[in-house]
Amino acid sequence: MRKEVRFAGFGGQGVILAAYVLGRAVSMHTPMHATMTQSYGPESRGGACEADVVVSDHEVDTPEVERPDILVLFSQEAVAKNLENVRSASLVLSDVDLVRLDGEVARKAVSLPFTRTADALGRRIVANMVMLGALTRASGLVPREAMEAAVAESVKPSTRELNLKAFDAGIRL
Amino acid sequence: MTAGGVTSTDQSAGPTGGVVACELHPYDHLLRYEQLPHIWCPGCGIGTALGALLHGFEHASVPPEKRVIVSGIGCSSRVVYYARTDAYHTTHGRAIPFATGLKLANPDLKVVVFAGDGDLFAIGGNHFIHAARRNIDLLVVCINNFNYGMTGGQGGPTTPEGALSTTTPFGNAERPFNLPSLAAVVGATYVARWTTLDVRRLQATFTEVLTRHGFRFVEVLAPCPVSFGKTNKIGSGAEEMEYYQALEVLKSRVESTTPVGTDIILHQPIVVGKFVDYERETFRDRYAHLVAKAKE
Amino acid sequence: MSEALNLVLNPEIDASQAGPHFMLGDHACAEGALYAGCRFFAGYPITPATEIAEYLSERLPELGGQFIQMEDEIASMAAVLGASVAGAKSMTATSGPGFSLMVENLGLGYMMEVPTVVVNVQRGGPSTGLPTLVGQQDMMQARFGSHGDTTMIALAPQSPQEAFELTVHAFSIAERLRTPVLVMMDEVVGHMHERVIIPPPGQIPVFQRRRPDVPRAEYLPYRPGSDLVPPMALAGDGFAVRFTGLTHDESGKAVTTYDAQQLLVPRLREKILRNREAYERTELYRTEDASTLVVAYGITARAARRAVDLAREHGHPVGLFRLATVWPFPEERLRSLHDVRKIVVAEINLGQVVLEVERIAGGYAQVTHVGSAGGRVPSAEAIAEACESAAQRSP
Repeated sequence: MRKEVRFAGFGGQGVILAAYVLGRAVSMHTPMHATMTQSYGPESRGGACEADVVVSDHEVDTPEVERPDILVLFSQEAVAKNLENVRSASLVLSDVDLVRLDGEVARKAVSLPFTRTADALGRRIVANMVMLGALTRASGLVPREAMEAAVAESVKPSTRELNLKAFDAGIRL
Repeated sequence: MTAGGVTSTDQSAGPTGGVVACELHPYDHLLRYEQLPHIWCPGCGIGTALGALLHGFEHASVPPEKRVIVSGIGCSSRVVYYARTDAYHTTHGRAIPFATGLKLANPDLKVVVFAGDGDLFAIGGNHFIHAARRNIDLLVVCINNFNYGMTGGQGGPTTPEGALSTTTPFGNAERPFNLPSLAAVVGATYVARWTTLDVRRLQATFTEVLTRHGFRFVEVLAPCPVSFGKTNKIGSGAEEMEYYQALEVLKSRVESTTPVGTDIILHQPIVVGKFVDYERETFRDRYAHLVAKAKE
Repeated sequence: MSEALNLVLNPEIDASQAGPHFMLGDHACAEGALYAGCRFFAGYPITPATEIAEYLSERLPELGGQFIQMEDEIASMAAVLGASVAGAKSMTATSGPGFSLMVENLGLGYMMEVPTVVVNVQRGGPSTGLPTLVGQQDMMQARFGSHGDTTMIALAPQSPQEAFELTVHAFSIAERLRTPVLVMMDEVVGHMHERVIIPPPGQIPVFQRRRPDVPRAEYLPYRPGSDLVPPMALAGDGFAVRFTGLTHDESGKAVTTYDAQQLLVPRLREKILRNREAYERTELYRTEDASTLVVAYGITARAARRAVDLAREHGHPVGLFRLATVWPFPEERLRSLHDVRKIVVAEINLGQVVLEVERIAGGYAQVTHVGSAGGRVPSAEAIAEACESAAQRSP
């Protein structure tokens, strides 16, 4: 089994942290293997931003993601950059308020209010954790407990509770 | 080699290789006899400066095993072969960053960088200003003979305006660095300039400066009779000393951290003296304090 | 100067990080350095190696070590040599443009025989090139970058786990052979997160440099032992050593003659070549019956491994010869694969290590190259295709 997951959006939306949490959940809390790569440079400070995670039950040979199986979209630009992938992915997860998917969408498309849910929790910055909750439920890729543990380990102790709450809200969306 | 003042019968190690037992100079044990004769030209000032530095090591009571000299490339940098200390002959211009690593790895050592004006201020200029800014605990001794002596007398960053050299055949069109001013302005905590005529002052300066901490700079104006002196009609080593004697103006008080009037212009007065002498926290001390504070 | 301010030169291995991590390749490299006892780092920021410096700026002081950001890579390289002669295990890290500047004092370290580790997280070049994208274009510079005849040792990790292990290894090689060792990473390995398991202290052997065991008066800083490596006295040990980049005799005296040169420079080369067991690391994958071989290193080796599987699915007996040590090239190990008649060298450049493979195997195998000018790892499919067409070509 090899699954390729791409997170795409703008820098500052927590796209890279989301990929890190997924990779960490797999690597530290399951017997599977994960490789995370990300776009570097000025992009991660505000421009278009992508991070990829390859999840595999064998050691990951090549870390490059050409055709993601799972695509997470946080911006309309990310859709434009990934048009082919939107069609080919087996699961497309997007923020319903930031992304409009027309017509030719993937086999399974899930549009949910990640950012709005985070706003309701008081901190827009945890929209990525809401998304990870939704991803966990929609993909079945990684056990919930593994994800929760990785969330808790990846954020500052002072924000742990909020992030876990956001993750939980995402699962229940 | 035996200690100073002892009569030696070890002729093979003597500088002349002769057969006559000779009375040793009190500082002979500070030199590596087996490396002599040295490479310096008759009338050169580098040996005088080295002698004064060795005097300083002794009189500042620096334990022999704590003495380290790091040099770059050029005539002055060859001192590492003659001084009996831990000695590192590095690449052109890079003595200061090498010494920076050495000193940081073992702060108990007294680390002296000994090199020429071209090495320290042309190719190595960037390292000089940054080490001074950081206040790395080093003594930097610059033998300034106003040209590249080893390669045959090319112009360099301290060649006076108008001076002749093999690469400034029509006179130097560039303004030279004023080394005491430069050192002071980039953060050196001790700045002095003497000529090799001022042997006792050099000895006293090295004795004093080796007890100080921080980035310290001593400029030694030295004759280069076969290149700079000859080309610029100053003459032999002795005549260049007479030139210094005639033009030297002693500045006897440290008035501020910005030396004034220390530009060197051909045939104009040369201001010598101690210009800067104060203490500020060295890089290593500040680093250690910040780390200790963070650990609390 | 108080003891508390002094660098910890003979550190206990730090056990605090033992266990599994989800770790960046650059950080794994930094942890490898710490595991090996590195307590001095000097460097200059550069993509994609900056994360090594940032990480060590935080970790080194915790362990009694010293971090310093220098004014450029020339100074960084000089500083790590200076720290090493005073007894610190030292490291610097950079990428192509900075490596070009380090090459000057890399030669000094080689000639002076100063152990240190230099990491080059390779990006695409020439010049400023592709700062955030991968390259393996500095391999020949690693081998021949210094002027004069040098024989450099270069390792190339294929994963964050191996970045950790090979960096530990690099320190042991440097200390054992008294020479700078290069860790030629690449941007993908440096910037990739994967599971990294840091072993408990002692599991990976860590070599310390041999110090003089003769009386001070008899010690010569360049008198080699039977392995051609001279024991090393440190600054402050009281040996009054002379270390130099000029051609010298065993005492460190500058002797710039033909005869002195013939004694010294060939000895430096032999010291490296005669001690291959200290650094030679290769991996074979499915080579038992292989008549076609892929040679690859670093991130490219991972695509090559997949390519071997793909080609075998199509019925071609292909194997992988992976270089964890690239320089000096493990040539006897390559020659020992007697059945190989076709070799495909996969690397992210326009043909570098392939030249060495041609030199070694050109007489008995057809050698071809898969690569690019940088920016992307060759795909497993492209490598497999090259293997298949090589396999089908008449000898």
